[in-house]
Amino acid sequence: MALEEYKGVFVFAQQVDNVLDGVAFELLGKGKDLAKDLGTDVTAVLIGSGVKGLADQLAEYGADRVIVVDDPELKDYRTEPYAHALASVINEYKPEIMLVGATAIGRDLGPTVSARVKTGLTADCTSLEIGDFPLVAAPGKESEQKHNQLLMTRPAFGGNTIATIACPDNRPQMATVRPGVMQKIAPIAGAKANVVEYNPGFTPNNRYVEILNIVKAVKSTANIMEAKILVSGGRGVGSKENFKLLEDLAEVLGGTVSCSRAVVENGWLPVDLQVGQTGKTVRPQIYFAIGISGAIQHVAGMEDSDLIIAINKDEDAPIFDVADYGLVGDLNKIVPALTTALKAELGK
Amino acid sequence: MNIVVCIKQVPDTKGGVKFNPDGTLDRAAMLAIMNPDDKAGLEAALRIKDETGAKVTVLTMGLPKADAVLREALAMGADEAVLVTDRVLGGADTWATSTTIAGALRNLDYDLIITGRQAIDGDTAQVGPQIAEHLGLPVISYAADIKVEGDSVVVKRQYEDRYHELKVKMPCLVTALSELNEPRYMTPGGIFDAFDKEVTVWGRADLKDVDDSDLGLKGSPTKIAKASDKVAKGAGEKVNLDPAESVAYLIGKFKEKHII
Repeated sequence: MALEEYKGVFVFAQQVDNVLDGVAFELLGKGKDLAKDLGTDVTAVLIGSGVKGLADQLAEYGADRVIVVDDPELKDYRTEPYAHALASVINEYKPEIMLVGATAIGRDLGPTVSARVKTGLTADCTSLEIGDFPLVAAPGKESEQKHNQLLMTRPAFGGNTIATIACPDNRPQMATVRPGVMQKIAPIAGAKANVVEYNPGFTPNNRYVEILNIVKAVKSTANIMEAKILVSGGRGVGSKENFKLLEDLAEVLGGTVSCSRAVVENGWLPVDLQVGQTGKTVRPQIYFAIGISGAIQHVAGMEDSDLIIAINKDEDAPIFDVADYGLVGDLNKIVPALTTALKAELGK
Repeated sequence: MNIVVCIKQVPDTKGGVKFNPDGTLDRAAMLAIMNPDDKAGLEAALRIKDETGAKVTVLTMGLPKADAVLREALAMGADEAVLVTDRVLGGADTWATSTTIAGALRNLDYDLIITGRQAIDGDTAQVGPQIAEHLGLPVISYAADIKVEGDSVVVKRQYEDRYHELKVKMPCLVTALSELNEPRYMTPGGIFDAFDKEVTVWGRADLKDVDDSDLGLKGSPTKIAKASDKVAKGAGEKVNLDPAESVAYLIGKFKEKHII
């Protein structure tokens, strides 16, 4: 593998139903930083059917170039032919870095493509930067240290360990990045994309699955990743009905209700409201953790919130280790009283 | 029909995390368990076995002590177990791990391979799709339901805001979500039988069609540059007051911070 042939920062621009996913814009924002450090540019890879019209939006968020693979086979996501499309783009255009959102699509596409092009893939990165590998050269081996490498940092082991990973001998250096972690740029109004159309051709084979049915879950009105205030409940809330207490508190603060995995498993709330490692990563201005014990899988998804308030009857609950303010007590008494007091304070 | 379930032994992070005095993770004090997504995948396989009489083989790669999760799988009802263990396989990233497991799978008859969506220690969700890629199989990840219909598998594939009902001809690979089902318990008789059964142990020499350069630490494209303990956010204030005082305390803090 001639590494020097690989140039440029590429971003997989995920779209579903011909609507770009927010993570595409976040990756472009990060991609721009990395490209600046490397003295190169950012290319978005847009894969779908009838998607060319989305290219200018990608330009507005920082794409210097957009490679479009447009084919009827790509209408709804399937591992094949999407993996074929992305792997073909990589083989044709040889990017140095390939970023993919760690969504339910990206976490399927990323590993398939990385195995196909035989390169490393670091999952669910929270920080990406350009640096040296090894970080410090071994004495006498300064010439072996590689510069301008992508250093990919991610939590491992449920968030207890932070690892920084490099991919020094294979290209592209691939990473998936959790939605909500990187920052978008302020959109450049009226930016026009430099569009390159590329189609490797699609021939159905044994790896094509048949889509029998697509069922869109009744989407909750709120997107918890965008919410400024989250009122989150856990197993301690006790029942589906009891979430009314949290809804009332959320309403008075203009916030949104979210939950832990236990709540989803009990069928109290839908999975798109789940915060945590297997749910969504959130960083609202205020996060209420109510009746949530604070297992590391949950904490991994909310610990970057600006202000964390925990309410729990168990004073040894680990959630208190990350809470700015912790109230030990019965949520059934505290939450309604808090709602009433806030109503009075806010004149509602 | 032959089903192979790939399982992993992982430290139990759920509620049982222990730390050393210096703040590092005390792995020795934590229980080793069968990875939850894998256990759901095994249960799905056992339900297909109950219905169709399929043969279920479990396979793991790990240290010799990973034998414990294979015994557990046998006690739940799996028919055969394979342990892939060899010093040269250590330190593998997902690429090298999936290469190894694919090399082992080439020795087995399979119509359906099931893995978990992700392991709770590495959390990458990469190994399943990568095994499928190495074997040239179709993959369906994030399965919330798995059914066998004739020579095909029908899977409910979960996305953030929807699911796709997908059909694919076997052989294929499916990665299971722990939400898929409620895994059965081991039976006392099953536990006795599990310890009478032979676990097949394979090493490097038993892997089919793999190069040494693709295995273990050496065969891993990704390298760890640095690993460190997470800097814990300092705990804030914790108060234990009656409800009215708790509310007053919090309102006071909100005012102090100009939130209200």
